Amino acid sequence: MSKHTLSVLVENKPGVLARIASLFSRRGFNIDSLAVGETEYPEISRMTVVVDVEDLPLEQVTKQLNKLVEVLKVVELESASAVQRQVMLIKVRADAATRSQVLEMVQMFRAKVVDVATESLTIEATGTSDKLRALLDVLEPYGVKELVQSGLVAIGRGPRSITDRALRVG
Amino acid sequence: MASQARSKAPVTVTGAQSLVLSLEAMDVDTVFGIPGGAILPAYDPLLDSVKVRHILVRHEQGAGHAAEGYAAATGKVGVCMATSGPGATNLVTPIADAHMDSVPIVAITGQVNSASIGSDAFQEADIRGITMPVTKHNYLVTNADDIPRVIAEAFHVASTGRPGPVLVDISKDALQAKTTFSWPPRVELPGYRPVTRPHSKQIREAARMIAAAERPVLYVGGGVIRARAAAELRRLVELTQIPVVTTLMARGALPDSHPLHLGMPGMHGTVSAVTALQKADLIIALGARFDDRVTGQLSTFAPEAKVIHADIDPAEIGKNRHADVPIVGDCKGVISDLFDAIDADMEAGHLGDYVEWRERVAGWKSMFPIGYSEPAEGATLAPQYVIERLGAIVGPDATYVAGVGQHQMWAAQFVQYERPNSWLNSGGLGTMGYAVPAAMGAKAAEPDRTVWAIDGDGCFQMTNQELATCVINNIPIKVAIINNSSLGMVRQWQTLFYNERYSNTDLHTSHAGERIPDFVKLADAYGCLGLRCERPEDVDATIKAAMDCNDRPVVIDFVVHRDAMVWPMVPAGVSNDLIQIAKDTAPQWDREESDAVEQDLDADHDGIPSGSHRTSDPAEGDQA
Repeated sequence: MSKHTLSVLVENKPGVLARIASLFSRRGFNIDSLAVGETEYPEISRMTVVVDVEDLPLEQVTKQLNKLVEVLKVVELESASAVQRQVMLIKVRADAATRSQVLEMVQMFRAKVVDVATESLTIEATGTSDKLRALLDVLEPYGVKELVQSGLVAIGRGPRSITDRALRVG
Repeated sequence: MASQARSKAPVTVTGAQSLVLSLEAMDVDTVFGIPGGAILPAYDPLLDSVKVRHILVRHEQGAGHAAEGYAAATGKVGVCMATSGPGATNLVTPIADAHMDSVPIVAITGQVNSASIGSDAFQEADIRGITMPVTKHNYLVTNADDIPRVIAEAFHVASTGRPGPVLVDISKDALQAKTTFSWPPRVELPGYRPVTRPHSKQIREAARMIAAAERPVLYVGGGVIRARAAAELRRLVELTQIPVVTTLMARGALPDSHPLHLGMPGMHGTVSAVTALQKADLIIALGARFDDRVTGQLSTFAPEAKVIHADIDPAEIGKNRHADVPIVGDCKGVISDLFDAIDADMEAGHLGDYVEWRERVAGWKSMFPIGYSEPAEGATLAPQYVIERLGAIVGPDATYVAGVGQHQMWAAQFVQYERPNSWLNSGGLGTMGYAVPAAMGAKAAEPDRTVWAIDGDGCFQMTNQELATCVINNIPIKVAIINNSSLGMVRQWQTLFYNERYSNTDLHTSHAGERIPDFVKLADAYGCLGLRCERPEDVDATIKAAMDCNDRPVVIDFVVHRDAMVWPMVPAGVSNDLIQIAKDTAPQWDREESDAVEQDLDADHDGIPSGSHRTSDPAEGDQA
């Protein structure tokens, strides 16, 4: 299996998320991560879906997505030619003895402390999944009390815009 | 959309009136349905419509299959209507059926008031959510102003591209609200752009490959029927002289009487059709989808063949079998473009030589025709004989509608189909109970055509209530019940794969002196003509008696022997090379033909070696 990042432009209408999610589940594809939000055009939403599939089933899922009436465009973003980001909030155990070591890690990863308590620190980190995994690895020995992460979002490098093209075709 | 040309100036109406005006503007002449609480507002203006005939069915499943029958017989969009909750959920089976077989229908359902949605109100069901995976598209309308646009979009989506079912769920308050109706509405489908014209480069490549082939086969699927491309197909066959197989969904796409027609491929296909595909070096798939019932074990299907795959749905291409030349497009355009390209190549002197191949294929066709053995004791009737005589007496102009199971396969094998849309059945979903309501829909669509339902005793008991609808609305269909007193196909599998342990397949409808129910009395109770036939010598006279009765539906109870089996058969999950023409009987090939592909001894991957007498994977099971 290999991970693929799909950007799916859809009409911003109620029920579209359910339709996409239902398609993945019906065709037997697992979603690794999903992020949804409005684009620069309020009538268009953009879903970034990370799927763990081989090339052939990926082609099938792309075609099935394209068949949905509310899907405007499906683009696979290769990691080499796209910027990919994920946000993670980590509540880690940190008392007087360990706080400075944890803060050092936070600095090294260019993360941010967003909440402090006597026994814990809450850290906000942004980056690729690999970077966040690495940060998590170094924090784990101190004790991760709570973890939440967003879906991956991605955008192609360079001046071209996939939303522009989607509108033109439509 | 031609019907949108007739524009209507804005008028103030209710949402319900707007719905009926929209249906009229879409040229809907027939709606099958049942009223109920949430859809009630729509039924009031429907009473006044002189253009839309509403046929009150007895079960919503009947409405859905009737809409399918209407659509499959004519190519027009079929319409069914039901109320919220159970009315809507009863439509799910026909909607799923239409989705599998690409039948254009629009289902309109009432929904509870928009303010109550999500509150578990009386008769509330999330039918939009429920039908998402089994519709081409669906809508929930809560604003009356959206009704004309949504109806226009629904018909457009259902009937264009790969046809399919569209559901429109309308809340009761939207039906009751005041709105303005004007026509045509502004259709907003920016994400819906089906490709219908094939790419010329692909067509040229396909023509080149056809000219280079030695053993080509045209593998014709239901897409040719839906695209109304039978005439184009015939021209292509005449031009190229390539042998043809027509799938269960494509029976009638090429006349069965055509000498190059090898019959149906697949699990119960003819030896010649199955073998021609297995031995082919080129398969030209037109509107077909390499279904598991056609290919058998996929890894051993047509191992030497290159594939040209033309379909209007890009997702079908390469889904099950790699396509060497993929062509996305409507079959009508694909076939006529292919004709032109091949014709031009022939003019230039590039033409394929398939003489030897045609001779081989013709040899299989004459050596292994579809046949059956007479019942052992001679006392009872062979089901195949009944169906064969029915087809011969009734003729090719009639429409034949089957349920699902043994009788369906025999009807596909023993009736000679000469025109497209003369054979309707539930192919993909395999819905028992399809025949009676679908026949009703087909007859309502084409009242002057004879419509025969060929049904099983099991299937018939699932939907025969629609005979009441047929009697009351003067829809005189004819029903031939192939009554073997069992869920016959399941029983056949029990005979072959479950050591003749007949678990729950006896229906008590004709054997051992029981008739529960008595189908003749049942027909009589509905006001139909009921006839019974139990001996071969009475078959012709009984069919003729049914043909002579045109003022009411006719039901014939053909009591047939229960041990008849559908042959040929390729057991589920094994290679098509293992086709059997009778129990434990493989075709006797000439020496050169016996080079069958070596079999995986565990074809079902269930840890048990494959063989003709073994427990089959229940997941592969058929309905009767």
